[in-house]
Amino acid sequence: MMTLKVNGQDHQIDSEPDTPLLYVLRDELQLNAAKFGCGLGQCGACTVIVDGKAVLSCVTPLVLLEGKHVTTLEGLGTVSEPAPIQRAFMEEQSAQCGYCIAGMMMRAQALLQRNPKASDEQIRAELAPHLCRCGTHMRILRAIHRAARLMDTAELSPAEQRSAQ
Amino acid sequence: MNAPVDLDRRQLDRRQVLAGGGALIVSFSLTNAFGEDQAAPPATAPAPPPPGSLKTSPYLDSWLRIDADGSITVFTGKAELGQGFKTAFQQIAAEELDVPFASLKVVTADTKLTANEGYTSGSHSMQDSGTAIQNAAAQARALLLNEAAKRLDLPVRRLKTETGAVIGSNGRRLSYGELVAGDMLHVQATPTSKLKEPATFKVMGKSVPRVDIPAKVTGGAAYVQDMRPAGMVHARVVRPPSYGAELTGCDTAAVEKMTGVVKVVRDGNFLAVVGNREFQTVKAMKALAAAAQWKETAKLPKQDDLPSVLTSLPAQTSTIFERSDPTVFSQRTIEAIYTRPYQAHGSIGPSCAVAEFTDGKMTVWTHTQGVYPDRQGIAEMLHMAPDDVRCIHVEGSGCYGHNGADDAAADAALIARAMPDTPVRVQWMREQEHGWEPFGPAMMTRLKASLDGDGKIADWNFEVWSNTHSMRPGGAGCMLAGQHMEQAFAVPPAKPLPLPEGGGDRNAIPIYTFPNAHVVHHFLPDMPLRISAMRSLGAYHNVFSIESFMDELAALAGADPVAFRLKHLDDPRGREVIEKAAQEFGWRKDQKAPQDRGYGFAFARYKNLAAYCAIASEVEVNRETGRPRLVRAVAAVDSGQVVNPDSLINQIEGAIVQSTSWTLYESVTFDDSRITSIDWQTYPILRFDAVPDSIEVHIINRPGKPFLGSGETGQGPAAASLANAIANATGKRLRDLPLTRKRIKDAIDA
Repeated sequence: MMTLKVNGQDHQIDSEPDTPLLYVLRDELQLNAAKFGCGLGQCGACTVIVDGKAVLSCVTPLVLLEGKHVTTLEGLGTVSEPAPIQRAFMEEQSAQCGYCIAGMMMRAQALLQRNPKASDEQIRAELAPHLCRCGTHMRILRAIHRAARLMDTAELSPAEQRSAQ
Repeated sequence: MNAPVDLDRRQLDRRQVLAGGGALIVSFSLTNAFGEDQAAPPATAPAPPPPGSLKTSPYLDSWLRIDADGSITVFTGKAELGQGFKTAFQQIAAEELDVPFASLKVVTADTKLTANEGYTSGSHSMQDSGTAIQNAAAQARALLLNEAAKRLDLPVRRLKTETGAVIGSNGRRLSYGELVAGDMLHVQATPTSKLKEPATFKVMGKSVPRVDIPAKVTGGAAYVQDMRPAGMVHARVVRPPSYGAELTGCDTAAVEKMTGVVKVVRDGNFLAVVGNREFQTVKAMKALAAAAQWKETAKLPKQDDLPSVLTSLPAQTSTIFERSDPTVFSQRTIEAIYTRPYQAHGSIGPSCAVAEFTDGKMTVWTHTQGVYPDRQGIAEMLHMAPDDVRCIHVEGSGCYGHNGADDAAADAALIARAMPDTPVRVQWMREQEHGWEPFGPAMMTRLKASLDGDGKIADWNFEVWSNTHSMRPGGAGCMLAGQHMEQAFAVPPAKPLPLPEGGGDRNAIPIYTFPNAHVVHHFLPDMPLRISAMRSLGAYHNVFSIESFMDELAALAGADPVAFRLKHLDDPRGREVIEKAAQEFGWRKDQKAPQDRGYGFAFARYKNLAAYCAIASEVEVNRETGRPRLVRAVAAVDSGQVVNPDSLINQIEGAIVQSTSWTLYESVTFDDSRITSIDWQTYPILRFDAVPDSIEVHIINRPGKPFLGSGETGQGPAAASLANAIANATGKRLRDLPLTRKRIKDAIDA
């Protein structure tokens, strides 16, 4: 049994220590956003933020997460109160099937928390681990630029302050 | 292939739902229900069928339900695959019914609730289902007007509809909920409808935000992968190492004792494990795979010699187009061979399904493209009556054709039958999706053409060698579980898909006008690799071939590629699309790209009957490494009446990026028995470092014209536009897909 802090809340987890974080999030905590794409760290669909850094949850075992803060897309905002990154993806209509999108958003969130003025080149480089099969890339880039502008003007929500910690 | 519509049962279900939902049940006379809008056809001529999918599901209540409380539900037999048409259908219905967009709900493919519209494929959703919904909504509105006319004792011309109500010239208002009667919409559609004038559109033609996106960007339950019905167990399948391998032994005892394992299911060569927790089930799957012993028999062809592989397979050859004008003389002749490897759909989320077997009834939640054909296949596999199987579409990761979705649905059903009363969730692993999905078939084309004395094409010869492009279910033999179980079902014989849409010969007939033309389809029934439908089917390679060869001929004629195309094209809408893309790109005759850059152009009308698309591209090629990059693309598209411009732009942008990935990087690899491209390292696709600087999409809207499917129209033109730009940049023509860095480098060095 270990304590896992997810989106600001402590959870007692009895999964085996080698269980990848992805399965804990999806199965034990019933969170949908982090997706199973490859289980090999090759596609980015499972990305979440751990202590401010983007992490591939499908290859991160539970045992490494004691005392760390995990943030998933659910932790940033909701449909009615979206975080800037979520608002930006809605406003730019940056999805087709959308399966890869949550992972993309989490890596972009981590980047913008670290560097709110990230250049287009930096954003593209940061997204290198992520695959999108629908070809929504142009819109994803536009949404991240929009999110940067929104973050520049908006107060960070408590949830976002947490994910930046 | 498509199961007949089970109208009676569905209507019954609908009425039960209707009664439960509190709708008014009032009998209604159909006599002259449409008043002046419905002219009786002459007794001698049969009435033309109603438009779109109303042809096969003519009852209005197959498409629309209006409840007494005024809530409106739209039913479509098509599945939302991420193209956004659920939103488009909602727009169409809102427009024709005169109700606010947000007041409607759209229910997608479900064998208990929606019409049988076969597969969601071939860019048919808008023209089939969108057209049906448009006309059904218009006809429902007419019925509501007629009912209001009676109740208000006013002629229809003195009534108008507004925000879900009929309003009389005397100011009296009757809501649709008040007007609706139980059977009012249980009438057959008439051949024609009084549709809204495009100039008055309030919702159609607007970029209404997609209804599915908010959940997808906030972690809502959006996919079949996110389903967690109470008591659900996890299952993983252990697939054979190669096609046709036989399970000769498997000691399951140790696996059955593993923590969390509920059951091992073995049925012939079908092997699966069920567990309470997902990761424990994954571990058990690995242990089970290690315990399984297989006898492999597969003999795969030589991957690096596709032309001889394809041309040595037995072929059924037919001439599909012939035109002859002996007065035109050819002077200069060229020929070329183009090839395409096997390519993968490569869904980012491996396939998944949930199934539950309770009281002799099977329910399957699946991201299939065809709930009815899937139901037929699963029912056959389980020797159940189709009525006892219900397939409900729930979104999955984008599929772009026939990926593992149907197989996962069959897997889930087979396992669920072994564990009654328990919802079973089957999730494929990455290597299973890559290794077992039915690939887009390898193809070869041989082209030969001549110019006349004026630099126009005098004769054109086109031959294509291809497997079928659809092995979709309908039968249990199309699903892996059906093939692998003890009482196995044979893979049904392949059939070519008929023209005018075609399969391997899709877009093989040129849209250009040539005085002499000869087009031959060599249909190859034997399938060395498992194949089926992949976005745009044969059109991808045929358009790549035709449009590359058009550039080769333009070069021979010393003509500008855009002008050369226009010189051979009569279709005015096609010409306009070409001119628009060229103009927006800044295409100039005698243009010269900067050093190591090149410009390319290509055009097609998908299937020669759906949307038109022209794409101009600029690429850069690193001469040292051969690495190509699409710098910018400018597209023009005409898909008839546009319903949601931003969704259409999204589709074309996506088509360009996806086709760029297919065209530059992708080929399925295999050795003499096994598929070896089993993940993203062994099957690389486009990453962000190759994303272009910009993509522009320009829509030519055609108000009031029929919807033309546009989900696949960009695949072929994007490929050829890139190839032509690479040829322009390097002076070298590449004819074998994919146009890899190595092939470009070798061509530069040659």
